Amino acid sequence: MPKITYVDADGTEHPVDAKTGVSLMETAIANNIDGIEAECGGSCMCATCHCFIEGDWSAKLPAMESEEDEMLGFAAEERRDSSRLSCQIKVTDDMEGMVVHLPAEQN
Amino acid sequence: MTDPVVIVGGGQAGVQLCLSLRKSKFDGPIVMYSAEADAPYHRPPLSKSFLLDKIGEDKLPMRPESFYPAKSVALHLNQAVTSIDLDARQVLSGNDRQPYSWLLMATGAAPRQLPVDGAELSGVHCLRSLDDSRAIKARLNEVDSLVVIGAGFIGLEVAAAARSLGKNVTVFDTADRVMARAVAPAISQWYQDMHLQSGVSLRLGEAISSIGGNNGQVTHVNCADGEVLDAQMVVVGIGVIPDAGLAEAAGLHCDNGVVVDEFCRTSDPFVFAAGDCANHPNPFAAVDRLRLESIQNATDQARVAAANIAALASGGAAESSSLTSYKAVPWFWSDQGEHSLQMAGLSFDADEYVMRGESTANSFSMYHYRSGKLLAVDSVNMPRDHMLARKLIEAGVSPGAEQAGDSAFDLKALLPSKA
Ligand SMILES: Cc1cc2nc3c(=O)[nH]c(=O)nc-3n(C[C@H](O)[C@H](O)[C@H](O)COP(=O)(O)OP(=O)(O)OC[C@H]3O[C@@H](n4cnc5c(N)ncnc54)[C@H](O)[C@@H]3O)c2cc1C
Ligand code: FES
Repeated sequence: MPKITYVDADGTEHPVDAKTGVSLMETAIANNIDGIEAECGGSCMCATCHCFIEGDWSAKLPAMESEEDEMLGFAAEERRDSSRLSCQIKVTDDMEGMVVHLPAEQN
Repeated sequence: MTDPVVIVGGGQAGVQLCLSLRKSKFDGPIVMYSAEADAPYHRPPLSKSFLLDKIGEDKLPMRPESFYPAKSVALHLNQAVTSIDLDARQVLSGNDRQPYSWLLMATGAAPRQLPVDGAELSGVHCLRSLDDSRAIKARLNEVDSLVVIGAGFIGLEVAAAARSLGKNVTVFDTADRVMARAVAPAISQWYQDMHLQSGVSLRLGEAISSIGGNNGQVTHVNCADGEVLDAQMVVVGIGVIPDAGLAEAAGLHCDNGVVVDEFCRTSDPFVFAAGDCANHPNPFAAVDRLRLESIQNATDQARVAAANIAALASGGAAESSSLTSYKAVPWFWSDQGEHSLQMAGLSFDADEYVMRGESTANSFSMYHYRSGKLLAVDSVNMPRDHMLARKLIEAGVSPGAEQAGDSAFDLKALLPSKA
């Protein structure tokens, strides 16, 4: 159960105890964090679960599949180097302390 | 205290209305009625990953139970709204009367029934709800063959799922190609080849005349040409009918669904409608109005209804000119076997098709044109083409046929640069 902190665009922090094996998107939804919309329910079809992974964590995560890469180019908020689709990342034990920033707009 | 916003229907549009109202800082009460016992859930997996046990029931709810109290939404499950009193602005559920300030009709649609003898036999299924999917899943475990009636998205998704579970699958459709109403002929052809290769038997241009059984259980289907085919199970996927009976009985203008204007407003100014049940004008359609059955449409219409209800509630939108209108590009997807089909735009009466990529390479797109204007793009395993198509159609940009057909040409360059 790693602790992961989601940070809204306005700076509000939401520390949560994440379950391993569940996606970062599902973790946000389960904790009623509004900055993730996830219109397609995690099918990698909507890019409304866009997030920015803070600092070194970005490099430590498993590389993205081409689909995620393509979808990110069309997210509502401009893609950055740290951009990921949260539905495509599964929580693992070593994510303890990870910080995930959320964009102001998802659609 | 003001009366709550009341939502009839706990589905995709209903949940989105709650999300969008709260996002727009609307803080009045919200009451949502659902005829189902399950809290609002994602329907797309019901014919895909859920049937294959790739995801369990725990992954289906759209939001956790805690969402509803956290957002001050009173969710009434298993409680159908039975009538609406437009004059008194109240909905009735049995003997309960619930006043509303604004009402959203988000009742969705019901599967069209197969009009043949035997359709009521046990083992004949349709697929709309979680309960339907549970029943199909349980039955699939016990049989080794099934017949699917209807080669539309849901029929083909179920066929592909059952085939990958090792079942013998036969699909009937009276049309001469699969997904005939929705995709370009070349896409139908590619999917037919794919399903045949995986071992699904396709009976296109063929109807069944009745379903036969023994002791109330389905045992076979009778084909129109007299052939009798064994069937331990039948899944019917021949489209849906909008759930508009309640609206019609209340006196709302209905015609193939609940008729709404571009603001998602019905013939009563205090009642909105969104999703599968809403017959609406759509700037991307060649017809005056239509219904769409997609996550995109339910979500985006609910966003529009929420924006308008929030504006009206704050007293800030007495004029139509300050209301938000529905103008989102339609899109849809379907997963069959290992392949991803994505559609953007509406492909009514195209007069020209252009292929980008090679259909033999298993990832390609078909661009639909009418009089040189790009109407729609169907993409097979090409998420980039799909996302780009949504942007091109939204911007009203039509790549030339040579440009669309040339994979080396960067279509993104045609998009207006972001301001
Ligand atoms: C198996 C399946 C797979 C699908 N796959 C895809 C896909 O891959 N991509 C895609 O874009 N779309 C897909 N769709 C379509 C998509 O799910 C629908 O378009 C969407 O759910 C419509 O949302 P809605 O809110 O209009 O209706 P629904 O989600 O159907 O919700 C309507 C709800 O209202 C309830 N209701 C009706 N009458 C009353 C009443 N009087 N009182 C109270 N409650 C009432 C119903 O029981 C239902 O729960 C799929 C649909 C199905 C069934
Ligand atoms: S939830 Fe739709 S792409 Fe992640």
